Amino acid sequence: MNKLLDVENLTLQFDTDEGRITAVDNVSFDLEAGEVMGLVGESGSGKSVTAKSLMKLNARNAVYSDETGVKLHLESGEIEIMSLNTSAEMQVVRGGAISMIFQEPMASFAPAISIGDQMVEQLMIHTDMNKKQSKQLSIEMLERVGISDAATRFNQYAFELSGGMRQRAMIAMALSTKPKLLIADEPTTALDVTIQAQVIDLMKDLVEEFGMGIIFITHDLGVVAQTADKVAVMYLGRIVEQGTVRDVIRRPAHPYTKGLLAALPRLDDLDSPLVPIPGDIPSPLERPPGCVFSTRCGVAIEGRCTVDVPKFVELGDGHRVACHLPLAELTGS
Amino acid sequence: MTDKTLISARELSVHYPLSGSLFGPKPVVRAVEKVSVDIAKGSFFGLVGESGSGKTTFGRALLNAAPITNGNVIYSDDEVEYDLGNINSAELKDYRKRAQLIFQDPYAALSPRMTVRDIIAEPLQVMGLTKTREETDERVREIAAKCRLNLEHLRRFPHAFSGGQRQRISIARALVARPQFIVADESVAALDVSIQADVLNLLKSIQMDMGLTFLFISHDLSVVAHICDHVAVMYLGRLVETAPTRELFASPRHPYTKALMSAIPSLDPDDRGKAQRLEGEIPSPTNPPPGCKFQTRCPFAIEVCRNQEPKLEHTGNEHNVACHRWKELMAEQPVPA
Repeated sequence: MNKLLDVENLTLQFDTDEGRITAVDNVSFDLEAGEVMGLVGESGSGKSVTAKSLMKLNARNAVYSDETGVKLHLESGEIEIMSLNTSAEMQVVRGGAISMIFQEPMASFAPAISIGDQMVEQLMIHTDMNKKQSKQLSIEMLERVGISDAATRFNQYAFELSGGMRQRAMIAMALSTKPKLLIADEPTTALDVTIQAQVIDLMKDLVEEFGMGIIFITHDLGVVAQTADKVAVMYLGRIVEQGTVRDVIRRPAHPYTKGLLAALPRLDDLDSPLVPIPGDIPSPLERPPGCVFSTRCGVAIEGRCTVDVPKFVELGDGHRVACHLPLAELTGS
Repeated sequence: MTDKTLISARELSVHYPLSGSLFGPKPVVRAVEKVSVDIAKGSFFGLVGESGSGKTTFGRALLNAAPITNGNVIYSDDEVEYDLGNINSAELKDYRKRAQLIFQDPYAALSPRMTVRDIIAEPLQVMGLTKTREETDERVREIAAKCRLNLEHLRRFPHAFSGGQRQRISIARALVARPQFIVADESVAALDVSIQADVLNLLKSIQMDMGLTFLFISHDLSVVAHICDHVAVMYLGRLVETAPTRELFASPRHPYTKALMSAIPSLDPDDRGKAQRLEGEIPSPTNPPPGCKFQTRCPFAIEVCRNQEPKLEHTGNEHNVACHRWKELMAEQPVPA
């Protein structure tokens, strides 16, 4: 397969009144065409900010470190996203090579412009299609994502569609420019489970059909298990564990990943107690030194985990974990 | 209604009028339609449904916070018995002490200008349950300790707390008046998984400790499966199935309940795409389909489903289901044990 995206040492801080806050700390991953990567974490873990960095979509007070490298490999050549500065340069990437689907589609469609006009507008900007061709493709895409009576829907506004329909329209719009990389930020979180299942099925079909790479951001490990090929688990701005979806979910190594799985209510085992992870996620202003999870970790080694930042340990087949514990303890249950 | 029932809804309907055309009949939203439920004293009763199913409205009606259009709700504990449809203001005042609500969003439910102590003490002052400040403080401290909030926390303002801590403050406020009955409406939906488990465990231990009765409203079947002892499933204002939790999850009878269960994303990466998928979306409650409300999405709908609304039938083991074809479907698709 072809390498699509290379993220190296992504570090991102925000300048705020209360000082510099580290949002993403030394994050590296890569993605191939046709591959789906799940980016999992709780609120404040930096997963959305990481994804937005791939298009430099973060707020103006964002400061990227000098070591940060985000390379996008396209047929036309390689783009170093960090070196793009003007909005004209960014246009090749934003909405062109990379599209994004957001959590709340009501907030991402302009309320006073019809769905169709918004779809046509982006096609006119990013492709050399004329208005008529753009309209035709837009209606085709709406049909493709399972919206019935697409020609009528094309002229409607976001408020006239139900939540599930809006998210389908969002997906149709994101895919109509044939992006190489799709970033989906909690695309099913605001939907009911039966609708979520429909949208997940749809996205799986579309990956096969269009062959793009997807970064799927979610807090739901079940959604990841159903959609992703590989996973990166984030906590307080760092990746603590990454690997194939089977390895990470079946043989979690990091105490945080294990804790997340133990806290999850499972339908196949009603007797097992729910085990919460003690404490709360620390404020980004009070990032713990050493391992960021050390304040909540039940097996933290005093004087080590609270002092040294753990390095990645390779467990084979791309399964890596950032933890000080001895290997036997990481791989044992 | 047995003597162990704390609150009982009989054919309860809640309709909201819509501002419609000037002429002709005014359209109404049938948010809840003829729902009968008995909630036993000391139980943790789960109410499940998707958005628009009427689960929140039903919970509010049990608190006398939504208008009861038809049917009645009887609340009866060891001391009093109230018919919520015909309740006078003195009785209602007393009922408010006995029944409380925990909200979904712990960020919106707490006043940013009050200290945690004042937030928790407010129900006591409003209801006149304590006479002196010392007494109030003692009650607040007692309940705060149960919710794992310390004295230092009581002096602070809500902004200093995380989501999980705020939800514990909301719980303390609901409990401080020593109610018998609590409606928890999506009380863990806004929380992260690692924190959610903590709040669920807290609710359960408080319920056991204080002998409370809970109506736990949620869209999340797996959460309900873990915490509730009895579950009711709603769809478009109707009750479609109710049973003890184990019984329901071991042998769901209604096609909607089955579909809900199979729609939950499995944690097994090799278990992809086997689930039975529902087509379409929940219809608008202003214009519900005739017959069974689920027929527009049900893969098993036949003629009778399109014409006649099924009644809730008892199927043994305290299991009730509203489906014309539940028997046939059980036979055709044996549920694995």
